[in-house]
Amino acid sequence: MSSEYLFAHKHILGLDHLSVPDIELILNTAVSFKEISTRAIKKVPVLRGKTVVTLFFEPSTRTRLSFDIAAKRMSADTFSISASTSSTTKGETLADTARNIEAMMPDILIMRHPSSGACHYLAKHIKTSVINAGDGTHEHPSQGLLDLMTVKEHKGEISGLKIAIIGDISHSRVAHSDIIGFSKMGAHVFVSGPATLIPKEVEKLGATVCSTMEDAVRDADVVMPLRIQKERQNDPLIPSFREYASFFGINRQVLQNAKPGALLMHPGPINRGVELAPDVADSAQSVILDQVTNGVAIRMALMYLVLGGK
Amino acid sequence: MSMVQAMLLKNGRIIDPVNKLDKKGSLLVDKGRIKAIFTSRQKVGELPKKLLSIDLQGKWVVPGLIDMHVHLREPGEEYKETIESGTRAAAAGGFTAVACMPNTIPVNDCQSVTRFILEKAESASARVYPVGAISKGSHGETLAEFGEMQKAGAVAVTDDGKPVTDSQLMRRALEYASNHRMLVISHSEDSSLSRNGAMNEGFTSTSMGLKGIPHIAEEIMVYRDLALSDYTGCHIHLAHISTRESINLIRQAKKNGFPATAETAPHYFTLTEEAVKGYNTNAKMNPPLRSPKDRAAIIEAIQDGTIDVIATDHAPHSVLEKDIEFDQAANGIIGLETAVPLVLALFRKGHIDAPRFVELLSSNPARILGVKGGSLGIGAAADIAVIDPEQIFVFKEQDILSKSKNSPFIGSRLQGKAVLTLCGGRITHNLLSP
Repeated sequence: MSSEYLFAHKHILGLDHLSVPDIELILNTAVSFKEISTRAIKKVPVLRGKTVVTLFFEPSTRTRLSFDIAAKRMSADTFSISASTSSTTKGETLADTARNIEAMMPDILIMRHPSSGACHYLAKHIKTSVINAGDGTHEHPSQGLLDLMTVKEHKGEISGLKIAIIGDISHSRVAHSDIIGFSKMGAHVFVSGPATLIPKEVEKLGATVCSTMEDAVRDADVVMPLRIQKERQNDPLIPSFREYASFFGINRQVLQNAKPGALLMHPGPINRGVELAPDVADSAQSVILDQVTNGVAIRMALMYLVLGGK
Repeated sequence: MSMVQAMLLKNGRIIDPVNKLDKKGSLLVDKGRIKAIFTSRQKVGELPKKLLSIDLQGKWVVPGLIDMHVHLREPGEEYKETIESGTRAAAAGGFTAVACMPNTIPVNDCQSVTRFILEKAESASARVYPVGAISKGSHGETLAEFGEMQKAGAVAVTDDGKPVTDSQLMRRALEYASNHRMLVISHSEDSSLSRNGAMNEGFTSTSMGLKGIPHIAEEIMVYRDLALSDYTGCHIHLAHISTRESINLIRQAKKNGFPATAETAPHYFTLTEEAVKGYNTNAKMNPPLRSPKDRAAIIEAIQDGTIDVIATDHAPHSVLEKDIEFDQAANGIIGLETAVPLVLALFRKGHIDAPRFVELLSSNPARILGVKGGSLGIGAAADIAVIDPEQIFVFKEQDILSKSKNSPFIGSRLQGKAVLTLCGGRITHNLLSP
């Protein structure tokens, strides 16, 4: 990284607008912050006096808590608004909700929203830094980054690895951010799933589409099954969870085709017995809980960097 | 609104493909009608005493443009557009007549709504041709009263805004409309394939995380509609065609003698799905902007006659429907005030000549709708547009006459403009210095 390099992003809307140096800086910053969470007193004054608002229009346990903990460990004051308690149920538009929050002068607004592009829309309307905590079926950048961090932590290097992502690629914002992120960092991403769940021209994002799960998993360094839904808005996607589990579920036998020591990852929440057999979920190969731990560090890094890294 | 007065439009390029005319000359308007056309060799004959004489210095004099596909939003959504504001926008764009789609609130599915529209249109800046609904409420279940709507002044029927899903209903609509010699216009879309879609399906929709509308959603229905028109022998007009395979189907059908005509809109040959990037809701419409190959096929079809008409699908929406999350935003853009420069871009690139410009925007819509206009016949109502094909301007939001400003062309540098519009001899738009 050159000495003149500056993190130039006020908003984190997706991995597609981050460069390789941006991603490296985020990962390095997160690594240095990770230790804070292991201290007896888990708090640094980096964001003291800063206000962080999380605005969630979709249910979330992990991501929301992770952002909240990350902000508090940096000494920011955090406030949460969820769709059920917000005024959108009274017919207020997203822009008005955001402008009202902005009028109370927060420093960072973290939003999850069911519409793809909702965070881009927000960033156009307000001056506060926006961090995308998941927009529709578009991106989930902090998850993508924590996945990169976790792989790097275990494998040392991301470049050259084979990453297999299995399942609902169409509706997964995690898959989307992961395909972009891992490809940018030099890994080879292979995706597989029922053809009903593979989006058009996903190859152009950097993924190789495999018609069978076995092809995708063979010799993989990382295997990541995704959460599956049976249907969405009257669109029949798979016949049954049972059938899905038998053709696309990750179990011990499937995992044996991956490289020895391959990592098993999952963005959560897991449907045990559907996309992931219980025994492998809890196996030594599973780094699912490391992902969660690293999530806090990544989110600390993102908040630190969007506010100028000072 | 100015009075009807005698007017001599001097030194124009008079273009009227119906009368096989494309010559320099002068056109005399008197008592709201085209009194005479003098080409440069002829001497100007006797002129009325009180005469407004305008030297056009080579600008085009063409039959008033006719937009056979607009949404005027009245009754029901007057905050988006009214018949008054929509026809003012039309006049500013060189249009002397518009056919308004029935998806108002209430739907124009009976004579009383048709009459209401025509009453409002009496003081409008352009002729208004109401298009009635195919089905009651456009619910796609039972036929609306075509005959009564026609008696009240409707010129065609459509359920535009949504497809007629039930093929039997479409068949009956074509058959029954033929009794009344009414045009049936189809919004061809297989909605089971397009459901919840927000843009064209492809790499851009994948990368933006937006649900796609595959091009086959249009093509499957275009084929059905063509098959129905062939089977029944009844004329069908296919609205807002946007894809390459639709064009191939229509081209083949025309070759086989099917009684079908087709229209496209300027955005389909000007933009591609790339315009959606950044979640630009002013590039969201249905059918959606397509791929570069579709765009190229549309241009080819305009050249070879597969496409008969360019209509704007003028679809005003306010910021309430447009300045929101992309997947929630309404479909459609305004088009009346940008059609001339966008079609002229095809002329400048050599895709079409000047008479073809007039056919696409005036003669063909007049013929297909069965309304007057579309030519410069002596004695006909003076529905005339004067177009300066050279004028360059930046399309600015504050200059838009439509009540709604939902255009992807705001801020664009455009070339070619209607500078004078006469409707029945009355000046409805005038940018020429007196």
